[in-house]
Amino acid sequence: MIVRLCGVTKRFGERVAVDELDLEIAPGICFGLLGPNGAGKTTTLRMIYGATEPTGGRVEVFGIDIAANPRAVRARLGVTLQDNVMIDPLDPVENLKVFGRYHLLREPELGRRIEYLVDFLELGSHAGVPVRNLSGGFKRRLAIAMSLMNDPELLILDEPTTGLDPAVRLALWAKIRDLRAAGKTVLLTTHYMDEAQRLCDRVAVMAGGRILADGHPEELIARHLARQAIEVDCNGDGERRIRAVLPPETRHLRAGGRLILYVDDASAVTPQLDGAAVDDGCGRTIRPTNLEDLFLHLTGASLEGGA
Amino acid sequence: MSRPISFAHAGAVWRRNAAMYARTWMYNLLPNFFEPVLYLVAIGIGVGAYVAEMAGMSYAEFLAPGLVCVAAMNGASFEVTYNIFVRLTFDKAYDAMLTTPIGPDEVLIGEVMWAVTRASIYGLSFFIVLIFFGLAPLPHALLAIVAIPLAGLLFASIGVAFTVRVPTIDVFAFYFTLFLTPLFLFSDVFFPLQERLSGIWLWVAEALPLLHPVRIARHAFRGEASPILLWDFAYILGLSAALLLSTRGAVRRRLMS
Repeated sequence: MIVRLCGVTKRFGERVAVDELDLEIAPGICFGLLGPNGAGKTTTLRMIYGATEPTGGRVEVFGIDIAANPRAVRARLGVTLQDNVMIDPLDPVENLKVFGRYHLLREPELGRRIEYLVDFLELGSHAGVPVRNLSGGFKRRLAIAMSLMNDPELLILDEPTTGLDPAVRLALWAKIRDLRAAGKTVLLTTHYMDEAQRLCDRVAVMAGGRILADGHPEELIARHLARQAIEVDCNGDGERRIRAVLPPETRHLRAGGRLILYVDDASAVTPQLDGAAVDDGCGRTIRPTNLEDLFLHLTGASLEGGA
Repeated sequence: MSRPISFAHAGAVWRRNAAMYARTWMYNLLPNFFEPVLYLVAIGIGVGAYVAEMAGMSYAEFLAPGLVCVAAMNGASFEVTYNIFVRLTFDKAYDAMLTTPIGPDEVLIGEVMWAVTRASIYGLSFFIVLIFFGLAPLPHALLAIVAIPLAGLLFASIGVAFTVRVPTIDVFAFYFTLFLTPLFLFSDVFFPLQERLSGIWLWVAEALPLLHPVRIARHAFRGEASPILLWDFAYILGLSAALLLSTRGAVRRRLMS
């Protein structure tokens, strides 16, 4: 295992941020840690790379106890923080140099590594422009390049695409997939379920400092929910009428004015739904169940609402 | 929890700051340089015209060695207060360092080394100004250069011990107006303490940090040596070491929260 957490707890005063967490990450996979804001994802990451000391439990990375030798562990991993931490007046190449020196890289190796990363993350067009003048997407690519300076075996990405436009997100996903294909282990946090579903071999859903479920995304969905989701606009009265005509064990979830029903075969229940005459059938959406449904089902909360 | 400190990694922290200031020195380094020059001109040459002599020399000559140390004190103090606080809370520079083999000890040492560097840049540039004004009697005044990094180390250590324990950036106003300004005014820079204080107060004055580098610089400018300088060296190195050692834990807690 690349990462192994045994009974890891972190308290900040009275507040329990991470609660008796057990987690294992195998080499060569992309692992997604999902959860609403405040679920304990970032604290968990910080404990994995040794920037926060657990109140209890044990963290091993590459088989090394992080408490005993954080320097040896951190020499072999890279972290892209939630915020882009860079020196604004300096350009991307200068920032990469500063960061490379944190890993004690020297010329000519330092220059070679920078050249490779400028190429890999397509930073060449603005390599000499002060960072403060760069776009959010460009800065994010630079942040990832910085975390790759030491050619890490484990890459940790804390919300890699939050706040980025769709084209930039797609481009970054491609890079993350390239890294995984090159044999690196990737650990990322996100609250975008589409991101997790596209990238991750395994996911763990976290809320309130605990892991609620973990496994392969498709398996997890299949384990917890039916295959299809039907979304219907209706009020409380309509919801009662619909549930009256469906089998009582049908799982459902309300998100604002929308009711989501989970069924294995949507076409089989269409006549009953039409019969309930809650809507005219036009606003109805039938789609495959996805990770977002699972997430809502497990956390019982909206994505932004906290657990 | 004591691990061997990596001075190579502390050096990388130093180089981060050096790389940044190499780009922004015009805005970040230059302004503070003028402060002691203005004091020298306004008080040394302006007020000094009305002072026949002080401690057996012209007032500007009396003022010169003390202001060298003030320049170093200010350089180190700005760095370890406002600038470290900004790197800690707004820039999150230490969060990024802690993703690499750099640990809290290396951050502390690298930052103190950088503060000493900045103090030395200010102290030495001011010293060169003094040479131009003919206020640094060469060659023996050159020995005062030793006091510059020592003043830097002392005020870096005091400042960093304060900074890691303050909750908000506003608190630094107290540090500057209630700590550094009184030191500046009452540490033998503007008038000879020996002549104005007596008895127990002379002993109390020995607690003032700035007094010690100033005394070293003053002796060098006069071309004199005295056993009391050993006490000054011991005070500076001893207090700095004690403060840095006692700040290690606080730095660790602050960075690893």
